[in-house]
Amino acid sequence: MVMTFFKPLDRKLIRDLMRMWAQALAIAMVVAAGVAMYIMSEGMLRSLGDTRDAYYERYGFADVFAPLKRAPNSAVVRIENIPGVRRAEGRISKVATLDMPGIREPAQEKILSYPDKDHPAINRLYLTEGRWFRPGARDEVLISEAFAMAHGLKPRDKVTALINGRKRDFEIAGIVLSPEFIYALAPGAMFPDDLRFAVMWMPRSMLAAIFNMEGAFNEIVLHMEPGANRDQVIAKVDEVLDPYGGIGALGRDRQISHWYLSGEMEQLENMGRVAPPIFFAVAMFLLNMAVSRWVELERSEIGLLKAFGYSTRAVALHYVKFVMVITAVGYLMGAIAGTWLGRGLAVMYQEFFHFPFLYFSMHGDMYVIAASISFAAALIGTWHAVRTAADLSPAVAMAPQPPTSYRRSKNDRWIKKALGPTRMILRHTFRWPVRSGLTCIGISMGVALLISAMFFQDATETLIETQFTMIERQDATVSFIEPKPQRVVENVASMPGVMVAEPYRYVPATLRFGSNERRMFIRGIVQGATLNRLLDRDLKAVDVPKKGVALSTKLAEILGAGLGDVIEVDVREGRKPTLLLPVTMISEVYIASPAYMDLKTLNRALLEGDNTSGVHVMLDEAYADDFYAMLKDTPSVAQVSVKETMLQAFRNTLEENINIMNFFNTIFAVVIAVGVVYNAGRISLSERARELASLRVLGFTRNEVSYILLGELGLLTLVALPIGVVIGVALAWLWTLSLDTDLYRIPLVISSATFGYSISVVLAAAVGTAIITQRQIAHLDLVASLKTRE
Amino acid sequence: MNKTSPERAISTIPTLEARGVSKVYQTGALEVTALGGVDLSLFEGELVVFLGPSGSGKSTLLNILGGLDRPSAGAVYFRGDELTQFDDHALTLYRRDHVGFVFQFYNLVASLTARENVDLVTEIAINPMSSDDALGVVGLSHRMDHFPAELSGGEQQRVAIARAIAKQPDILMCDEPTGALDIKTGITVLQAIEQTNRELGTTTAIITHNATVANMADRVILLADGHIIEVIENSSRKRPEELSW
Repeated sequence: MVMTFFKPLDRKLIRDLMRMWAQALAIAMVVAAGVAMYIMSEGMLRSLGDTRDAYYERYGFADVFAPLKRAPNSAVVRIENIPGVRRAEGRISKVATLDMPGIREPAQEKILSYPDKDHPAINRLYLTEGRWFRPGARDEVLISEAFAMAHGLKPRDKVTALINGRKRDFEIAGIVLSPEFIYALAPGAMFPDDLRFAVMWMPRSMLAAIFNMEGAFNEIVLHMEPGANRDQVIAKVDEVLDPYGGIGALGRDRQISHWYLSGEMEQLENMGRVAPPIFFAVAMFLLNMAVSRWVELERSEIGLLKAFGYSTRAVALHYVKFVMVITAVGYLMGAIAGTWLGRGLAVMYQEFFHFPFLYFSMHGDMYVIAASISFAAALIGTWHAVRTAADLSPAVAMAPQPPTSYRRSKNDRWIKKALGPTRMILRHTFRWPVRSGLTCIGISMGVALLISAMFFQDATETLIETQFTMIERQDATVSFIEPKPQRVVENVASMPGVMVAEPYRYVPATLRFGSNERRMFIRGIVQGATLNRLLDRDLKAVDVPKKGVALSTKLAEILGAGLGDVIEVDVREGRKPTLLLPVTMISEVYIASPAYMDLKTLNRALLEGDNTSGVHVMLDEAYADDFYAMLKDTPSVAQVSVKETMLQAFRNTLEENINIMNFFNTIFAVVIAVGVVYNAGRISLSERARELASLRVLGFTRNEVSYILLGELGLLTLVALPIGVVIGVALAWLWTLSLDTDLYRIPLVISSATFGYSISVVLAAAVGTAIITQRQIAHLDLVASLKTRE
Repeated sequence: MNKTSPERAISTIPTLEARGVSKVYQTGALEVTALGGVDLSLFEGELVVFLGPSGSGKSTLLNILGGLDRPSAGAVYFRGDELTQFDDHALTLYRRDHVGFVFQFYNLVASLTARENVDLVTEIAINPMSSDDALGVVGLSHRMDHFPAELSGGEQQRVAIARAIAKQPDILMCDEPTGALDIKTGITVLQAIEQTNRELGTTTAIITHNATVANMADRVILLADGHIIEVIENSSRKRPEELSW
């Protein structure tokens, strides 16, 4: 027999564990959930971090990006001479549209120059398929993998681009990934859409020839010396590039792809900080309850052991082993599940972010940390109970325990009004206020966890609703490569299917108030706009103020400016005037943090005619195909974004991920609820078995006796639900704070469906557990209860 | 059937009858016969003491008569109804409506006061006396609002008796009611039982291994090895306070 290998005490331990397997498993599952959450989020965070850093390092991701109008190649040396700059490269960056057979509107394309031969030092490409440019080849391009995959493009396929007013065919030489486009977001877009946004790299000589940029560049990318001050470098770069139409250099931190990736990592980090501690705290509490009760039941055995001469240490060790075994099982399950979940998450991220590789890295120290936390939490949770057991003197331990002393509490007046069984429930609940309270909070954590996870869906829906049905009501937006006189609006309005056409203007500028400044675009909007509107703080549509500037709430917060304050606006385009504008409105918006001005006022201030950067249109769907087909042949169009397709692409990705996350969060919440309720039920049953059996003997029916035990659990669960709702809302609120960035904010909106689902899941788990406990009441041994004394 | 004392009349109508009742426990491969074919009747209003050493089967018999356990063979009749044919629910109702139990270890509900422990029963009984009256019978009117932890062992047992008699049961079953008590306390508990039997005419069965207690009975039934070996009819009952051990 295997058992003979163990010492007698260990044999007892194994048998006890086997007897209490369900309760032990329930606790182990909670430990497992905490470990799994930690390993998944921490592992993913490190995987993303490691992968990103290695990718940036190997492919020379730039530290600073500086777009400008046009500068001669000789200006690069002047940039390189700036202290703190290690190397700089000039390149050509343009936009065009692609006529893809798969989609009805033109796809948007960013074109970057790439050296004809060799590779740049900055922002090198990773070739996934095909080859590099052939020397002297014409009309060859490298294309981003995401776009190629979305359209099933292969090397040697041809694509047609409308580039600088001319349609041209290009052959795909290779398919590439770039550290600049890990998160591939079209300029001005809110969500990635691989079908409609392409990045293309062309041989520098060819691109220069197409755009008459020989011997010149319109973007600088640079690496800094280690330890150089980025803000100083950026200020110097701006100074140098100012005469060349520089519109303001950006640090890596403001580069879109990097920015979004960092945001995602921050979110993972928060998840790793919030969820696992909840599970470990619940596990601590459950272990404490279970071990305390077990020790109480074993008083006489402990007395016996000590009378036989077992040392206090040996007795303590016996119970510690019990805790360790449960924790170890939980840890193992959690480590395996966490690794598995992490791998799944890596696959999900791989769809979102375009890395040459992304593995879920299993750092050993992560597993050690998870183990240390699990075991430490378990030991701290049970320390008191184990000490109590070990310290019992043999004589005391072997004497029976006196009946639990109940006293009249403050609540007694209304407890007395209840019937006997109900009175028992209430007295028992108040007799152990700490335990009842913790049980309550434990159950409520299940509800809270679900609400705080599922609220993202509600918030996102509200965000989309606000952004795309209240603010941006257009069907499509056509933007131009260069600002156009406003009569083009009439041209667009006369295109097939266009019902409403509304111009807008985007102007790069630096906004300054006091010591705060922000580089961004000021959006010019027409009076009486119906397609692109402003919302006031109560989310009511309003006109853009005729004078001054309207700031979004987040921008106002960043600048520290309020209504009536006068801000300084350095326009970075055209004649580059500096304007002093009063803040005349604060506007609510969840995506980005824009500033708005009346279009006419803006154009006047720029000392330009009536210019427009693009047109928002509302379409008659019957003619939409004709409209888009026409745009495919219209030069000067930089980008056509169709709201519905963009939203669809976003929803598809989001829904898949949300469903997976909801599934796991539901499991985690059920684990908590079942763990807490089952333990509370088991312990209550064990404490009161004799009492309940006595009642059965006195003529109480099975249901009446069940009511006493389950009534208490029911009471605690009912109290726990609203507490869970409150904690859940608080956690959701913390999420909105931690996700309050100038890229986007999520509103604190929780639907009744989320509340309903969260409460139902926990309630169902509690009821299911109650049914199991009820079946155990049915098996109470009436006869034994008369004889035994606890 | 002898009349035990001139002022008290024992009915000839049996409240409970056992016919060929046996109980065999199967523990692994081992068969243990706890009761081996017992016949007996308990008559209305009489006080019977079951006397015997541990393992004689007296508790098993009481459990079967009280509807807590089922015999392996034989039949038990309560006022002509065959208990052994009752399902679980009917047995529960039998206990609820007709039987009062007193246990060796009191089995009070720790979270309820003395009065509330009695209320437990009066709330579900058909024709109960008031809890105050029941506690008055056992002499605990002044301790009614105390919790079990605040009562002595004898007091706890008297609360248990009050709880048992409050429903005005037809049968009072007491399993070693003084087993956990000292002499003096034991006597006050026996007084309470005797008084109930005398004043309410409740058929009373007491299990004990203490031969002295037998002196307060109308009949003493001696058990050994699962069989009734002798039935002694006392010509006169001693009052509990006259007992000593």
